[in-house]
Amino acid sequence: MMQKPNNMMLQTLARLIILIILSFSIYLLLAGHNSPGGGFVGGLMTASAILILYLSFDLKSIQKAIKFDYIKIIGIGLLFASLTGVVSMLFGFPFLKQFFDYFTLPILGEVELTTAMVFDLGVYFVVLASALTIILTIAEDDK
Amino acid sequence: MTLLHWAVLLPFIAAILIPFLYKYLKRIHTGWFVLILPLVLFVYFLSFIPKTSSGEVILNNLNWVPSLGINFNVYLDGLSLLFALLITGIGSLVVLYSIYYLSKHKEKLNNFYVYLLMFMGAMLGVVLSDNLIVIYVFWELTSIASSLLISYWYTREKSVYGAQKSMYITVFGGLSMLGGFSLLYVIAGTFSIRELIANADLVMASSLFIPAMILVLLGAFTKSAQFPFHIWLPDAMEAPTPVSAYLHSATMVKAGIYLVARLTGVFGGAPEWFWIITIAGLVTLTWGSISAVRQKDLKGILAFSTVSQLGLIMSLLGAGSAAFYFQDGDNALYMTAILAAVFHLINHATFKGSLFMAAGIIDHETGTRDIRKLGGLMTVLPVTATISLIGLASMAGLPPFNGFLSKELFFTGMLNVTEYGIFNLETFGFIIPVIAWIASVFTFLYCILMFSKTFMGKFDISKLKVKHVHEAPIGMLISPVILAALVVVFGLFPNLLAYSLIEPAMAAIIPGILSPGEFFDVHISHWHGFSPELWMTFGVVALGILLFMTFKKWENTAFYRGEQDLFNYAYDSGYEGLIKGSQWITRLQMTGRLRDYFIYMNTFIILIMAYTMYRYSLPAIQSLDLSPIPIYFWLVILVFIGSIVVIPFINNRVALIIATGVSGFIVALLFVLFRAPDLALTQLLIESVSVILFMLVFYHLPKLKKVKTPPKMKAVKLIISIGFGLMITLGSLSVFSMGQEVNFDSISEYYTENSKEEAGGYNIVNVILVDFRGLDTMLEILVVSMAVLTVVSLIRLRFKGSEDI
Repeated sequence: MMQKPNNMMLQTLARLIILIILSFSIYLLLAGHNSPGGGFVGGLMTASAILILYLSFDLKSIQKAIKFDYIKIIGIGLLFASLTGVVSMLFGFPFLKQFFDYFTLPILGEVELTTAMVFDLGVYFVVLASALTIILTIAEDDK
Repeated sequence: MTLLHWAVLLPFIAAILIPFLYKYLKRIHTGWFVLILPLVLFVYFLSFIPKTSSGEVILNNLNWVPSLGINFNVYLDGLSLLFALLITGIGSLVVLYSIYYLSKHKEKLNNFYVYLLMFMGAMLGVVLSDNLIVIYVFWELTSIASSLLISYWYTREKSVYGAQKSMYITVFGGLSMLGGFSLLYVIAGTFSIRELIANADLVMASSLFIPAMILVLLGAFTKSAQFPFHIWLPDAMEAPTPVSAYLHSATMVKAGIYLVARLTGVFGGAPEWFWIITIAGLVTLTWGSISAVRQKDLKGILAFSTVSQLGLIMSLLGAGSAAFYFQDGDNALYMTAILAAVFHLINHATFKGSLFMAAGIIDHETGTRDIRKLGGLMTVLPVTATISLIGLASMAGLPPFNGFLSKELFFTGMLNVTEYGIFNLETFGFIIPVIAWIASVFTFLYCILMFSKTFMGKFDISKLKVKHVHEAPIGMLISPVILAALVVVFGLFPNLLAYSLIEPAMAAIIPGILSPGEFFDVHISHWHGFSPELWMTFGVVALGILLFMTFKKWENTAFYRGEQDLFNYAYDSGYEGLIKGSQWITRLQMTGRLRDYFIYMNTFIILIMAYTMYRYSLPAIQSLDLSPIPIYFWLVILVFIGSIVVIPFINNRVALIIATGVSGFIVALLFVLFRAPDLALTQLLIESVSVILFMLVFYHLPKLKKVKTPPKMKAVKLIISIGFGLMITLGSLSVFSMGQEVNFDSISEYYTENSKEEAGGYNIVNVILVDFRGLDTMLEILVVSMAVLTVVSLIRLRFKGSEDI
């Protein structure tokens, strides 16, 4: 994409910014159940962080650094989402019935854990990988 | 979950394991592992014989979607058991045969056995379910498995053609059947067959009776290859021979017969049911037997003969359904038809299975199935010749084989029809036995033709592709020998079956007619004296031999030289027409210009909204109780409108991107103003990501071109735009005012109240997404994934338009 230099500012900033964006996106994913956020937004935000990387550096070096097959991640996300549904069926509940409870964990204190979180993680993966796949396929295509 | 449920599901579980066995245990033929399953299931089902023959039925409930009346309830009575035994018994033999038929070095055994097991499970599901919807699901699964197996050698054009054809025809029937089932649900409020039978008079009295019956019959007729839907079966012969023996003669094609037999309790007794099934069966019988004479391919002959035999069984079921009209189960007059149907069903599976396997052996050893090239194989393949002789003699209806007995019973059943004295049968009922007799003559003829052309005459190796022809390996012979032995055993001792299988199956076909504790008394005998049936058989043999003797005379007629079924032309031209027609429509509207598509969509939306508003006089906006709008709101909206209005006048792409971006961000701002942080966040991110996308593709985009639009077109577009805006405005206003007029409880109240309690989350939006409406979300991410795959395949593969995917 951008072969010529002159984007030092962008690169330096990107390194800093994406750390913030990435951690914020994970916060969004985890906090989604009780405050604004969730898998969809979290996934989009992570995608945009990675996209900034692609924008400021060239495609090839990022592909070397992040060696994920995004299409596989889509599959994993779908599996996560559907399996949470199936698991509840195994215990005799309807498909996609979600459960939650409160646990006291070391360091974190009392935490609410939900099966919906796993479902949301699936959404997160699908959205993240979909956005990246679409955009990268278009970007890689230089004919 | 009971054992019976597992019996249905086990083949599917085994199907999942097969690829691993195939991959990691290459040295052993995968078929050996598969063989265990049908054998075990066969023995398991055999253990039910004492129960069903004493009139017991087994019903195990398993709720699936109880709110919709869809439950995976397994139901086992005489009829189900008969089919289950056929499926697992013939299944075992076919798997054993396939081990020798398909080489473990050359063939993709994993595919083959996965499909075969999938079929086995689905077929067991069809015959063991009590719920119509569950039957439908399994029914379609058998169609899919069948198509996959037909196209097993998918590099051959004919295989793909046959697979497609069978898929189109059977799935068309399956969908109609689903419609029929739904109508039955509308009538009786249940999907359970037993409850439907209990409410049969309700169904009979309904005005939806005829549509429901026709739709259900479409499903049964397409599956069981009844005229004129039979054309898929001959093309299905492209499948490997074990598959033809299994799916396309012994089991799957009998699913339609099963359905008709099973639903006789619901529809039986109506003259329409009687006439449609009897006539369709007889026409199929005749058409199939005449077409079989014309075939030169061994499997082609067998395919049409299967069609014709299925017609025979179907016509018997039609004739037997009259029992419901009389409500009299003891009367031998119409009970013979049901008896013959069940008995012939078993016999057909035995002799046709052995014949298919024999044809497979001939194909395997000589490299051809063309009877014009074959001949004199009697001495070369003595065992195969014996098997074929037994099978063909039974099919032709010669004593002492089982086919003779059921053919005699068939004649009796058809002769009895003339004595019913109902449905105007006394006037032209005599046609029925006459047709049956004519069809039997042709059946006899193709049987002799097939035998003489293959095994008699001179053996000429120069016509064959192979150098040496020798008898098949012993493993390949075991299955057909077992089946041929059964043909003889059932022929000599038919009453072995009578008490164990036939009587319970008959009781299941016509339930509720026998008083409790009563049983059908079936006794099949060889000799009835010089009855009309026997004279009919003599006639069949005499005329058949006469036609065979004069073979030389009609060998060169157009009748014998062509083998294409007339209905194939209809199918082919219909298929081509469909493709051409849809291509024409597609080209007409797909201009490749986004603006055209927007015109279609918007015009459609305008029309449908305008009609709805006119029809329900919706724009009656009576009270608009609006809250005051603060100044800064006006400002935001003004900027919003401004950013949109300028877009059409911009000629620079960067400016365009920025302008659309501005409107997007303002929408996010609006969300913030309405206190919807989740939506605002998402909107912001979408905008950012799309800006990045624009930056990536910017480089590739063509230059903006000025398109000259004629003023008329411009006016049209202006009208459409204004109309669209107007409709949306009116729509939202009327929705708003209606919401104020009728006092429905807002659904959001429910979410606000229950979100914390039920789902443990304070963020309602998220709780709705992941919990309350989790299924929606799941399907949405599925759609997203599919869209991604489409984009990837569109861009990466770069089809030019004519490739086959």
